[in-house]
Amino acid sequence: MQTIYTDVLVIGAGLAGERAAIEAAQAGFSAICLSLVPARRSHSSAAMGGMQAALGNCDKGAGDCPDVHFADTVKGSDWGCDQEVARLFADNAPIEMRQLAHWGVPWNRVVPGKSMYFKGGKQFEKEEKEENRGLITARDFGGTAKWRTCYVSDGTGHSVLFTVDNVCAQLGVEVHDKTEAVALIQDGQTCFGAVARCLRTGELRVYLARATTIATGGFGRIYPCTTNAVICDGGGHIPAINTGVVPMGNMEAVQFHPTGIVPTDILVTEGCRGDGGTLLDVNEERFMNIYEPEKQELASRDVVSRWMTHHIRQGKGVKSPYGEHLWLDIRHLGEKHITGKLREVYEICTSFLGVDPIHQLIPVRPTHHYSMGGVRTNKDGAAYGLKGLFSVGEAACWDMHGFNRLGGNSLAETVVAGGIVGKKIAEFLQGAEVTFNSAVIDAEVKKQHERIGNIISCKAGTENVYKVKKAMQDALHKGANIFRSEAGLTECVATLQETLERARKVGLKSNGKGVNPELSAALKIEGQVKMGLMVAYGALMRTESRGSHNREDFTARNDRDWLKRTLAYWKSDADTLPTLNYEAATNIFHIPPGDRGYGKSEIIKADDVKTTDKG
Amino acid sequence: MARSLKFNIFRYNPQDPESTPHMESFVLEETDSMTLFIVLNRIREEQDPSLQFDFCCRAGICGSCGMVVNGRPSLACHTKTKDLPEEITLLPLPVFQLVGDLSVDTGSWFRELYDTVESWIHTKKAFDPTAKEERMENEVAEAIYELDRCVECGCCVAACGTARLRPDFLGAAGLNRVGRFLIDPRDERTEQDYYQIIGNDMGIFGCMGLLACEDVCPKHMPLQDQLGFLRKKMGITALKSFFTK
Repeated sequence: MQTIYTDVLVIGAGLAGERAAIEAAQAGFSAICLSLVPARRSHSSAAMGGMQAALGNCDKGAGDCPDVHFADTVKGSDWGCDQEVARLFADNAPIEMRQLAHWGVPWNRVVPGKSMYFKGGKQFEKEEKEENRGLITARDFGGTAKWRTCYVSDGTGHSVLFTVDNVCAQLGVEVHDKTEAVALIQDGQTCFGAVARCLRTGELRVYLARATTIATGGFGRIYPCTTNAVICDGGGHIPAINTGVVPMGNMEAVQFHPTGIVPTDILVTEGCRGDGGTLLDVNEERFMNIYEPEKQELASRDVVSRWMTHHIRQGKGVKSPYGEHLWLDIRHLGEKHITGKLREVYEICTSFLGVDPIHQLIPVRPTHHYSMGGVRTNKDGAAYGLKGLFSVGEAACWDMHGFNRLGGNSLAETVVAGGIVGKKIAEFLQGAEVTFNSAVIDAEVKKQHERIGNIISCKAGTENVYKVKKAMQDALHKGANIFRSEAGLTECVATLQETLERARKVGLKSNGKGVNPELSAALKIEGQVKMGLMVAYGALMRTESRGSHNREDFTARNDRDWLKRTLAYWKSDADTLPTLNYEAATNIFHIPPGDRGYGKSEIIKADDVKTTDKG
Repeated sequence: MARSLKFNIFRYNPQDPESTPHMESFVLEETDSMTLFIVLNRIREEQDPSLQFDFCCRAGICGSCGMVVNGRPSLACHTKTKDLPEEITLLPLPVFQLVGDLSVDTGSWFRELYDTVESWIHTKKAFDPTAKEERMENEVAEAIYELDRCVECGCCVAACGTARLRPDFLGAAGLNRVGRFLIDPRDERTEQDYYQIIGNDMGIFGCMGLLACEDVCPKHMPLQDQLGFLRKKMGITALKSFFTK
């Protein structure tokens, strides 16, 4: 058994994980990132649109500042976020964009002079000032008061990830790719690292660390239709859930993106609508201007997705062999813009759909996109429940997004939070003495060896992992989607409980030798169903509508009873439901709950919310 | 009438002593908008759950799924079956270490490359968090991004004659990486510094000019121009240092 020691172990090597590792390395600590894939293939690379930061350099961003960004983020979250964290994020985002520029990100820059832009299908003129020439520019994104989204053409995530991975290589941050964490090593009080499976040989390895960080991104693959990469399967959450002491925050808060292409659910960026693309129905007529006269196509994602689903239900969807969809129209933006600033979109349409978006409409539908929920941490990124365990990025519920995150805020969160949490990890390490107990390590290794042996030998049964996975995905798709109800969620929970029983009886058809993909799937399935139950049961219990969580039977946002965050634990292996606790959504209110200015505004008011002046 | 497609797939599990390299055939009925991503997942889920291959974004962005499709290195995720004949042969990318079946280890290969070419901005300036960003012309930023678009899928390396002969050859991806820093005003390295890295047979002078790299690049990177530019630049650098000696 190979045992590797490091000061900081990061599970995941996307932007959040690598950014945190950089801080630790700069403070003189050793850091190793584990990753299913080479770091640069992490899902951060697929984020095309950009990162929100209130630099205020471009004409349409004039007058922007972190206060405005903060207000947009809180409104976007439907007052579900931790306002202290949202503030920390908005204040640090501009500095982080400049840090990335210093490291080599080729941000698009301000070009002085007049130029045209589209909004809601109409053309407008703007003029960039000479004095801002060459500063980092920004584009328009949904749910924001200003143009604030910094971008690198339509490859922002790709370019920033390459840059950050370059810095990791420079600083000697090791990336152990093709490595999969299967369990945390912990004694119920402290985390000591992880047991991991090598995806080159299939062998188990022990990583001992003074600080362990979960940064594995989202878990969209528990849904059948998602924009998420195939590696976004909850692989980092499951080891935390299995400890029984680390809670997941707001798992019911799941975002659906308005523009996944049909049929493969590949995302086309919000930049399409930001740059002036419109949504059309079966009659090729716009409808967002009717539902949302002010923001139109650029209302926040939850609002646009909901109106699209509503419009389809009104019989205005386009019928296809893959179900009903709507159209995204970017034809009026012209060939130069589409093959330039929106090149990735052009390539996706031509390569995966055989559609030419310069002349043709793009078939789109709302599809699962982002998990606001995840490993619950405090504002330093320290996970609840275990000392020495941290989490950052989409994997975490740091909670700047609450019940809906804004486009451009998650990619920005990866690096901004990565920097903040990385510093806190370094501070934690300055004073941390850890004693490793070999009995705890050996017990966990033995447990994982036995678990693998049992799955290979079909000791508990011969359930087919792919069939069980499909049952889980279908249940969530049916019951825990954009519109939710008591009846649908109750059925979803019951189906998932049956699925959990089946997941516990999974056995392999193949021999399980080496890097067996069936074994990888089988090792995760029970944990994934547990996550599905956290989503569905949390949604069933939350009897209100907030952000992306929409109850058809409780349509109002209920600030009187639900201005709180769900904490879901899986206390015992034998349990068939998560244990839910609640905490205040935020301890500090800079902005009291109010109207978002878009979407519906049915609100049950809280009487006793006091505003704190911003610090 | 849907076509019946026959896939001949390379099989070998180096971790299984009983496994030997061989080809195995699978038959699938073609469906609408079918890509090799759909094909390989269906084979794994319906016929042989041990089949190894790599996908990540499945959207042509991450570069995970390079493989040889009917003799040509390609990204499997955006290869549509309707563009292929009824019989399709899938092989792992050559040059890279085989993990199993269609899965290869591109990660180690590229990680070594980052160290060789020191794939990061070399600057003596320290970051000042209180200052505004340094200005850059948008055209310069766009030119850098044009070269930064490489997804490191390894197709150009697999298709490269020199890379097949010399294990230390940087390949078009590696040379393009150097070109990216060479045009970046933030990087303070001189042409002499770059010459030390690529002014040899492991670098730009190892290129035989066959240019399959440009033909197979799924991101349509301007590799031919880039290799030509670097060869000229490094040639001039060599001459200059010859005369200044």
